[in-house]
Amino acid sequence: MKKVELIRSRCNHLLVDDVDTDQIIPARFLKTIGRAGLGANLFADWRATRFDAAGDGRILLAGSNFGCGSSREHAVWALTDFGFEAVIARSFADIFRANALKNGLVPVAVPSDVHRYLVEHAHVEVQVDVARTALVMPDGEQVPFPLDPFARQCLTEGIDELEYLRRHETDIAVWEARHG
Amino acid sequence: MTAAVEKPRTLFDKIWDAHVVTEEPGCPAILYVDLHLVHEVTSPQAFAGLRARGLRVRRPDKTVATMDHSTPTTKGLKVLDDAARAQLDTLAKNCADFDVRCYGLGSERRGIVHVMGPELGLTQPGMTIVCGDSHTATHGAFGALAFGIGSSEVEHVLATQCLLQRRPSTLEVRVDGKLPKGVTAKDLILAVIARIGVDGGTGAVIEYTGTAIRGLDMEARMTVCNMSIEAGARAGLISPDDVTFQYLERREFAPQLAEWDAAVRAWRRLHGDEGARYDVSVTLEGNALQPMITWGTNPGQGIAITAPVPDARAAAEEKALRYMDLEPGKPLVGRPIDVVFVGSCTNGRIGDLRQAARILDGRHVAKGVRTLVVPGSHAVKRQAEAEGLDRIFLEAGAEWREPGCSMCIAMNGDQLEPGQYAVSTSNRNFEGRQGRGGRTFLASPLTAAAAAVTGRVTDPRALL
Repeated sequence: MKKVELIRSRCNHLLVDDVDTDQIIPARFLKTIGRAGLGANLFADWRATRFDAAGDGRILLAGSNFGCGSSREHAVWALTDFGFEAVIARSFADIFRANALKNGLVPVAVPSDVHRYLVEHAHVEVQVDVARTALVMPDGEQVPFPLDPFARQCLTEGIDELEYLRRHETDIAVWEARHG
Repeated sequence: MTAAVEKPRTLFDKIWDAHVVTEEPGCPAILYVDLHLVHEVTSPQAFAGLRARGLRVRRPDKTVATMDHSTPTTKGLKVLDDAARAQLDTLAKNCADFDVRCYGLGSERRGIVHVMGPELGLTQPGMTIVCGDSHTATHGAFGALAFGIGSSEVEHVLATQCLLQRRPSTLEVRVDGKLPKGVTAKDLILAVIARIGVDGGTGAVIEYTGTAIRGLDMEARMTVCNMSIEAGARAGLISPDDVTFQYLERREFAPQLAEWDAAVRAWRRLHGDEGARYDVSVTLEGNALQPMITWGTNPGQGIAITAPVPDARAAAEEKALRYMDLEPGKPLVGRPIDVVFVGSCTNGRIGDLRQAARILDGRHVAKGVRTLVVPGSHAVKRQAEAEGLDRIFLEAGAEWREPGCSMCIAMNGDQLEPGQYAVSTSNRNFEGRQGRGGRTFLASPLTAAAAAVTGRVTDPRALL
C-alpha cells in the first residue's frame, strides 16, 4: 500500500446523512472481477452529484454515518478511483471505515461545529495530517480526529495488513495446533 | 490463598476470548476465523490478490463458496448477462484452483449464502464466521460471532484464516413478552432499528436477550440477527439453547453421533454469565409490538403499519419523503403497490414462505401486481414443493422462482422499474436498491402477502 501522510485540498460537498454504499456504487456495477474503473459510476444515480476531483477536490465532505449498508469494498474503490483521498464526515459506518483504511482512503470524523464550519465555508482548503491525526483548518487550528494507532502506522508507513498477519503465521499455526 | 474470581463474561466475550490468536501492544487482535463463506461478487479481487502474492488458501477445509447474488432465478438458471457469467465462472475457477468447496449453479446445496450455511449445519454455536457480505450477522442466531467484511479482508482470511480486529463494544437489546398475532421476527427487528437508528449499533455487537427472543424459532432468530447491520452493528448474537440444538441435529455438517453430545455440552456453556455487563442496554416490550413497515429510504425509517407517515425532522427524512413521493400525516395503509417480493437472506426460509402461503392460500394476487416468491435455497425450494406451497403461490398468481438474492439486490435481472412501489421482505429500502428509481416498503412475509392480495399496503391481521 502506498504511504498516505498529508492531504491538502478543498472539499467536495455531499451533505446528506446516512449515505449508503448502494448510492456510492449501485449494485448493478458490482458485476466486475476487478477493482479498476469504478469511479466512472460513483454516485451513478445521484445525477445532481457532480464533483470535480481534478486537482483540488480530493476530499469529500459528507454528513453522518457515511458508508452504511453493504460491505462492498467497491464503494471505496469507486471513491479512490475517482480521485478522493479522504472523506470528512460526522461519523462513519464500521465496515466502510475498515475498507477505506485498507485502501489508503482516510476517514476523518469531526465534531459538529467543525463540520458546520466546513459546510459554511465551501471554498477553504484544509489539510488531513495523518501522522498527527489532525485536520488542519485554514487558520492553522489542529482538530484531532479518531484513528486507530495501528491504522495510522499502516497509512503513514504504507504497511499492508496482510503482510502484518503473515508475519504471525507461526502464532497462527500454534493456535491451530492447540484448537484443531 | 483465595481462588481468583473470574469476571462474569457476556456471550460475546467468551467467543472473542476463545479466538484471539495474539494481540501485540497497540495493535488490533489477530482473530481466528472458523468458517469463511465466499460468494461471487466480493471474492474475485481477493483471489486475484492471492495470485499476485503467490499465496494459497490456508484452510480450504474452513472455506465454503456459493453463487447467489448475480445468479438468475428463472427456470433453467440460464445466465443471460456476460458480466454475471464472467463473475460466476471466475468463482468456479478460483475454487477449483484453490481447492475450495463450491456449491455453484447446478448444486442442490446452493442457496443464498446465509440460508445455505445454517441449513447445511456449517454454522455452529461458538464459531467465528465471516463473509464478504454485511448480512453475515445472520449466523449470530446460533450464538456464533459472525460479521461482514470487505474484499481485502476476504483476502486476509483466505491467506491466513485470520483477521485484524479491534474488540467491539456490546449492546444488549432485550425484548420480553410474547409477540401478538400477526407480529413476526421481521416486525421485531424493524421496531428495534426504528428505535435505535441506522447507526445505533455502530462499533458494537448486539446481543438479543429476553423472553420474546427465546420464544422465536431458529429461522425467526436468523431474521432478527440478519438485520443487525441495518442498525450499524458489526454482528448480532443470540445465545444457543435447545431450539438451536434441535435445529442443528443431524444436519449434514453438524457434529455427528458421539461428537454430537460433546458438542452440545460445550455449546451449553455459551451464554452470558450472571452479572455480565453490556456497555449499553435497550429494552423493548414484545407484547406491544405491531406489524411494521418502512416508509423511507433506510431501514430505520419504520412505523407500525397503522401509523401515519411521520413529519420530516431532518434533511435526510425530507429527501426520503421526496424519493418515496409520500406525504407526512397520511397512513401507508391503502396505498397502491406494483410489486411484492418474498425472499432474501432475511425472509427466504421455509417458515417465511409458510407465512406468505398462509395469507395467499385460497386467495388471488390483485390484478396488475407482480408477486415474486423466491426461495432462499434449493433445500427451501424442495421443502416448499413437498408441502405444496408452490401450488398455493402459483394458483394465487404469484411467480415461483429459483433460489438466489433476486430482487433484494437487483443485479440478476429481478428488479423494479423506475417509480414502482414494492412491498418487500428483504432488508434494504435504500434508493434504487431493488432497481433504479424503485421504491421499497420493507415488511414481513405476512404483510407482503397481504399487499399482494389487495394490491395495496395492508395490515395483515385483517387477512389472518
